[in-house]
Amino acid sequence: MKRLLASSALLAALAAPALAQATDPYQPDPAATPGGTITVTYKDDVATLDPAIGYDWQNWSMIKSLFDGLMDYVPGTTDLRPGLAERYEISEDGLTYTFHLRPGVTFHNGREMTAEDVAYSLNRVTDPATQSPGAGFFGMIEGFDARMAGEAETLSGVTAVDPLTVQVRLSRPDATFLHVMALNFASVVPQEAVAAAGEDFGRQPVGTGAYRLAEWTLGQRLVFEKNPDYWREGIPYLDAITFEVGQEPVVALLRLQNGEVDVPGDGIPPAKFQEVMADPEQAARVVQGGQLHTGYITMNVTQPPFDNVDVRRAVNMAINKDRITQIINGRAVPANQPLPPTMPGYTEGHEGYAFDPEGAKALLAQAGVPDGFETELYVMNTDPNPRIAQAIQQDLAAVGIDASIQSLAQANVIEAGGAGTAPMIWSGGMAWIADFPDPANFYYPILGCAGAVEGGWNWSKYCNEELDAMATQADSLSDPAMAGDRLQMWSDIYMKVMEDAAWAPVFNEERYTMKSPRMGGADALYVDPVSIPVNYDYVYVTE
Amino acid sequence: MSDAVLPEPRRRTALGRLARRPLALLGLLVIVVTVAAAVAAPWIAPFGRDEQLFEGLTLEGAPMPPGGMFPLGTDLLGRDLLTRILWGARTSLVIGVAANGMALLIGTLVGVTAGYFRGWIGSLLMRFTDLMMAFPALLLAICLAAIFTPSLWIVALVIALVNWVQVARVLYTETTSLAERDFIAAERAIGAGHGRILFRHVLPHLVPTIIVWGTLGISTTVLLEATLSFLGIGVQPPEPSWGNIIFENQTYFQAAPWLVAFPGAAILLLALAFNLVGDALRDVLDPTQKGRG
Amino acid sequence: MAAYLIRRLGGAALILLGVSLVTFFLLYVLPADPVRQIAGRSATPETVESIRRQLGLDQPFWVQYGRYLWNLLHLDLGRSYLQRSEVSELIWARLPPTLLLMAGAIACELALGLTMGVVAALRRGTAADNGLMIASFVGVSAPQFVVGLLMLYVFAVRLGWFPIGGYGTFAHLVLPSLTLGILGAGWYSRMMRSSMVEVLRQDFVRTARAKGLTRRRVILRHALPNAVLPVIAMIGIDIGIFMGGIVVVESVFGWPGIGQLAWQAIQRVDIPIIMGVTLVSAVAIVLGNLLADLVAPLIDPRIRLR
Repeated sequence: MKRLLASSALLAALAAPALAQATDPYQPDPAATPGGTITVTYKDDVATLDPAIGYDWQNWSMIKSLFDGLMDYVPGTTDLRPGLAERYEISEDGLTYTFHLRPGVTFHNGREMTAEDVAYSLNRVTDPATQSPGAGFFGMIEGFDARMAGEAETLSGVTAVDPLTVQVRLSRPDATFLHVMALNFASVVPQEAVAAAGEDFGRQPVGTGAYRLAEWTLGQRLVFEKNPDYWREGIPYLDAITFEVGQEPVVALLRLQNGEVDVPGDGIPPAKFQEVMADPEQAARVVQGGQLHTGYITMNVTQPPFDNVDVRRAVNMAINKDRITQIINGRAVPANQPLPPTMPGYTEGHEGYAFDPEGAKALLAQAGVPDGFETELYVMNTDPNPRIAQAIQQDLAAVGIDASIQSLAQANVIEAGGAGTAPMIWSGGMAWIADFPDPANFYYPILGCAGAVEGGWNWSKYCNEELDAMATQADSLSDPAMAGDRLQMWSDIYMKVMEDAAWAPVFNEERYTMKSPRMGGADALYVDPVSIPVNYDYVYVTE
Repeated sequence: MSDAVLPEPRRRTALGRLARRPLALLGLLVIVVTVAAAVAAPWIAPFGRDEQLFEGLTLEGAPMPPGGMFPLGTDLLGRDLLTRILWGARTSLVIGVAANGMALLIGTLVGVTAGYFRGWIGSLLMRFTDLMMAFPALLLAICLAAIFTPSLWIVALVIALVNWVQVARVLYTETTSLAERDFIAAERAIGAGHGRILFRHVLPHLVPTIIVWGTLGISTTVLLEATLSFLGIGVQPPEPSWGNIIFENQTYFQAAPWLVAFPGAAILLLALAFNLVGDALRDVLDPTQKGRG
Repeated sequence: MAAYLIRRLGGAALILLGVSLVTFFLLYVLPADPVRQIAGRSATPETVESIRRQLGLDQPFWVQYGRYLWNLLHLDLGRSYLQRSEVSELIWARLPPTLLLMAGAIACELALGLTMGVVAALRRGTAADNGLMIASFVGVSAPQFVVGLLMLYVFAVRLGWFPIGGYGTFAHLVLPSLTLGILGAGWYSRMMRSSMVEVLRQDFVRTARAKGLTRRRVILRHALPNAVLPVIAMIGIDIGIFMGGIVVVESVFGWPGIGQLAWQAIQRVDIPIIMGVTLVSAVAIVLGNLLADLVAPLIDPRIRLR
């Protein structure tokens, strides 16, 4: 087994705007051979392939292979690289981005992609009628508020200057803007195909991507076939990918062992993990990598006793993170702060709250609850989350906190979290994996005041206006030269969050992807931070 | 009709007859032992119910196989499985007996009333049964659980609400068939009241079916509870029940078979015991057999 | 007969109306917000409200239900909130596999269950009887998920007799049908045995025997039709029971049926799909019951349709 850390991503992500004139730094694998078909399995059906709507981790990477945005990531990393935009310029004030499109790119329907399509796509994703879950990401574009309110037909900040030039004006400088342009939601779609398919565009996707949809048998399988006219020379390598849906993860692994499946999309199920890792031949086909994920416990800071910071700190000290990591077969690393270690802005050397039940008891006594208290711990009811919750429960019991477990369906937990009726929530299975590799993505929705509203995802209801102001200030530093300062500010913000102990961070999950013996390509492609489970465009088969 | 025997002496003979059946006694023994174990769980269990032991997991986080400190092995959190099964017997017995009892009671009441009286009462009751039956049990259970806080009794209630329908339906069909038979018509002809016919003639004929459903229902009820746990509306963790022990660990059937095998065997044994006793009871109480030799 | 049918079908329509009302109401009061599922975790409150308005979920219950019913009358089940596709299309694509699986399971149940029950009843009290009844218990008590996985492991992975999950050929159908049918077979064999034992004691059977008819003829012509009646009543009920098992079996075997669709929809509060699947399964159950009631008098002439 090989272990990969995407740490090179840190620096490159900071330097993103420097790419402005640069070419793609990625060197394709010289050993790659074109041809072949692979089979990937999933438990859940694919909901949609519409890039403005798809927001599951499984259709996320599929959509990435069918569509392109102006920006893209270097395969296997979190480094930005140019996508449909060949190059771009940023104005002095950081408010105007001019994208120069790659000439000669065609959609799957044969028509050439133009600046009008880019403008249309951005207008579409921010159209209230589209009901895009990603609309909120585009808040920095000028005219966004009017568009969302339904008062404007288009985003006033987006202009197609000529067929190969698009200009985007922002209402405020925002260092995350280029990452937003690399999100699936910013994918370029052809207007006529959307108009023809109507609401069924998600089932009849037309993009510029490396693959095009060849077959979709509802509830059974999807087949992607190679786009021979793809604008990246020689990409993709595979002729086709078959996605089989509705497969139980345990069964998918049995089929992999039997040579019928190449990549089990849902990963290695816990029940099979040790069997696989104990066999050197199989373990050699497992790739491990970090992912931008943190598992944490929220504590509702608006309700007693969690309105007392000492109680929240006590909870942080009561949790035995090593034990919890052990329970999930060591497939995670203990966390001490909200950001995962591979995220820019992560504070190196921070110790966090060490496991110290005695200290926790002392803090509880100091907070006026020496005998502990009763509370409720909400958890999503799919394995391993109830197990983790039970381990947390035992740790809390050791310091006198009697937490009864409410193991409910995902939608019910999210509802209770949003409404603020859940005193404690274990976030596993619901939140939070970053949408893009930037520290800002871990703050606004889940720790900022914007998310602390009724129905928001800030389940701690932690709202520190001082930190919100700092965050806004940090993100206005869009000048590449200021990137270091910006990350330092973010680091400070998260340290303050830890001081206030709004969460008890527990662990950062690691990814383990298993592949069949015939799969080729660098290991980084199998733990690609933005394409889960694998980067379909660059993997290949060796036979 | 020959059923003029008074209830008192009949019961005594019934017990005597039961005692002469070794298999039934064996079943009774299993039930008694299970009940005793459930009651005595706090004292006889080797560890605490929810105690996650450090020694209970390997360094890689795998459960321990049976042997040594843990006679039945440990579960995925390092808890002693024997302890969990002993405590789980409480939950499973309560659910098995209470939920099943409720379901049988409601089902019998509705099915027999509708089948015997027919007419508009019968139609109304059966249409209501049809409505309940046409309702997906899964959805009903999820909604009820989301609306109420899940607890042992809510779970029992949900199971009863879901299960009575089948009993009612089967008993309805049987009762309609019975009600058409000659001996019932004869009773009516000689002016017997509804109560007499129902209790002396109809119900006794239904006893075998009721007992079959009652005994078979125990195991399905225990498993249904497990399914509900799985949906997040069963008994909440860490409270163990035989069903949810199996459900939590079912994917480990290869890696840690003891986690499925022992609670599975416990359910099977208890269900079998109820069945053996039920079988014997049916024979002993059966009016046709006794009355007609 | 025609009048009976019309009355029953009218009743069925009422049942469906009732089911739709109750389901809609339960989903309405469910403490989980479908709009949140659509809007996702990064949505602004304005987006959430805008989606709620567009879907009409800000309307009072009766308006929402009335609108649903109106569309239903036009045979429009609406579009899935999350997949945006027509619900009817989603269900239609998944109905044939589920019906096939049910047919296979019913065949397994009847073949296994009735045979076991009759044999046990005729050999009452013997070792064969005890063995069969214990087997029926194993069938009823075994969790379907485990049975399915074990079958898959033994017969597909180890022995290679059947494909490892999937859909398409007869070979694909065998293991899922068996897994789903084993539970029912356990029930049927118990019911059949007790029913048969009961019937064998009846006067008419003894009369028949006394008339000198052969044992075989008595069993086949007189006992069996009577004993099978309560069991027939169960087939209609089966369809309802299947719905739970189908979710499990379909997911173990990767069977592209309606159970998986329903399960995912329930998890994500996709109300139009939940409503659609509920109504479709309700129709199936109602028809199953009707069928059971229609068949009963054919087997036992003493029952008249009323």
